[in-house]
Amino acid sequence: MSQSEVLGREQLLAAYRGMKTIREFEERVHAEIMNGQIAGFTHLYTGQEANAIGVCAHLDHEDTIISTHRGHGHCIAKGADVVGMMKELFGSSEGLCKGKGGSMHVADVDKGILGANGIVAGGPPISVGSALAAKIRDNGRVAVSFSGDGSVNQGTCFEAMNLAVVLNVPAIFVIENNYYSEHTNISYAVGCDDLKARTEAFGFPVFVADGADFFSVHEAAGKAVEHARSGNGPAGVFAETGRFHGHFVGDPQYYRAEGELEDLRENSCCLKNFRARMAETGELGSDELDAIDTEVLALIEQAVTESKAAARPTAEQVTEDVYIHYGNA
Amino acid sequence: MRTITLIDAIKEAYQEELRRDDSVFLVGQDLRGAIFPHTKGLVEEFGTERILDTPIAESGMYGAAFGAAQEGMRPVVDFMFGGFSYVTFSECSVTTGQYYFLHGSQQSLPIVITAGVGTGQRLANDHAMSIHGTFAHHPGIKVAMPSTPYDAKGMFKAAIRDDNPVVIPWHMGIMMLKGEIPDEDYVVPLGVADVKREGDDVTVLANSMQLQHALKVAEKLEGEISVEVIDPRSFVPFDIDTVLQSLEKTNRLVVVDEDWESGGFAATVSARIMEQGFDLLDAPVTRVTLPNMPVPGGYMEEYVAPNPEKIEAAIRAVCA
Repeated sequence: MSQSEVLGREQLLAAYRGMKTIREFEERVHAEIMNGQIAGFTHLYTGQEANAIGVCAHLDHEDTIISTHRGHGHCIAKGADVVGMMKELFGSSEGLCKGKGGSMHVADVDKGILGANGIVAGGPPISVGSALAAKIRDNGRVAVSFSGDGSVNQGTCFEAMNLAVVLNVPAIFVIENNYYSEHTNISYAVGCDDLKARTEAFGFPVFVADGADFFSVHEAAGKAVEHARSGNGPAGVFAETGRFHGHFVGDPQYYRAEGELEDLRENSCCLKNFRARMAETGELGSDELDAIDTEVLALIEQAVTESKAAARPTAEQVTEDVYIHYGNA
Repeated sequence: MRTITLIDAIKEAYQEELRRDDSVFLVGQDLRGAIFPHTKGLVEEFGTERILDTPIAESGMYGAAFGAAQEGMRPVVDFMFGGFSYVTFSECSVTTGQYYFLHGSQQSLPIVITAGVGTGQRLANDHAMSIHGTFAHHPGIKVAMPSTPYDAKGMFKAAIRDDNPVVIPWHMGIMMLKGEIPDEDYVVPLGVADVKREGDDVTVLANSMQLQHALKVAEKLEGEISVEVIDPRSFVPFDIDTVLQSLEKTNRLVVVDEDWESGGFAATVSARIMEQGFDLLDAPVTRVTLPNMPVPGGYMEEYVAPNPEKIEAAIRAVCA
């Protein structure tokens, strides 16, 4: 069966557009940081786009995600406004979080994006609560937490996984193994050889995917979402692929092997893989994909242009919103 | 004498104490990868057991240090960013602070806790918050923070040699600040404040990066207002006598602190000066702190962080 029979043309086009949007967003953010336009710490998702898009393709508007410090891709995949996100990174009061959060704290609650999180493994426990609410309300929603190969060693992650089984809630733990927790390789930081088995020992199924291949992630995530949405309790997705940048922008990446980054960009690029697949099956023409490239670049350009022109927050705005009400008001 | 940066001063303290005492070891995340430069290259001299990287797992990491300290080791625990220590706050603050006392003084815990802290990098609350006030709130732990390379080296060495648990963060905004240090071994004892600049009209008590800001303001106001600048260096124990002596001369106090206004170190100082130095004061104690709100990310940080302009305004107000 060809992919279009599973996915349909519109879904294929949307998947490519999503991955391309994340890629160009991140590469432009990298360039703007180098230009001194964006403040603070920024962790880029470049190289991992297929994970966010492959998972979020199965999510409805009402389903929730919780992201990580490397959160731009997840937010775009779940439908965050790209211009609003760029404005947030540029520190504008017109940004999604009024310029108060920045890269590590992007949230768009109306889209089910409950927030990026500056603390490694800060997300999974909260996501279990989102899944608990879905179960109590019996509304058919699922809650996805994205985390990485660093997150899986945190006690908070262990607790969340166990509790999700105990409560039998529709939580989906998406673990993106990009091989490095910050600067440390997974071969050092994860003590066992079989992370899938270790995670499944908590009592839920884990579906493994090639994180550089949208179709592989889409298939694995589909099984996990179906499992959780059907009331069978939590499920996991393990997707493996490298990030193309450092832990943060400016990371000198001494820990990389020679040629590692070049190899990743050459051989683990979800966009290249997607195009190759389309060329093979003929489901989408390269002209159609080229047209998307042009549109995405225009969107990113527009986002940056608007962000540069957008209002900076004022000193008066900074003290707003610390509380909803304070005192007797 | 040599001129080095504050971050290199901490590195020298580590190197010298690691050589001096083989019970000392560093434990943290990406120490070998050197997220900050003070641990770069240390593994080559001291090996992987003494420059110990752990997975990102603060509770496990701190527990390992705690247990090693019970066995007579002297761990230096590096949380990378101060806010990350709160992931294991029960262990590193509550359990650590009460341990010696509740066990009837059977065993000390010679643990050093450190991390980068502070505003100026636009990293938002969890990566930018100060931790000294929160740790100082919990009894049983010494808390200090250096403002110069000289103090950094001497205080880190003192912290490592101290038999108590010591929390000693360092401010990212002054990591590249240069200053002179002697070639020979020295320590800066914990619990001793330092008059960094003498003056007659007003006392400014400021720590870490804000101490450097206060010195700049004092220089700017020279000839107009004579500002005495005191660095507490330690928050616990706090050398209040040095401040009281200064107030006998100046009768005015501005406390600058990058912690929040409520329940922070500046609040404690203000209360204690009211209790012990009320008769010395010609004006109310004035504080320059973070307002009681999360540290925003991005450009908004500058609106809330203490800075030279706010310090100058407070000095002028208290001298008016």
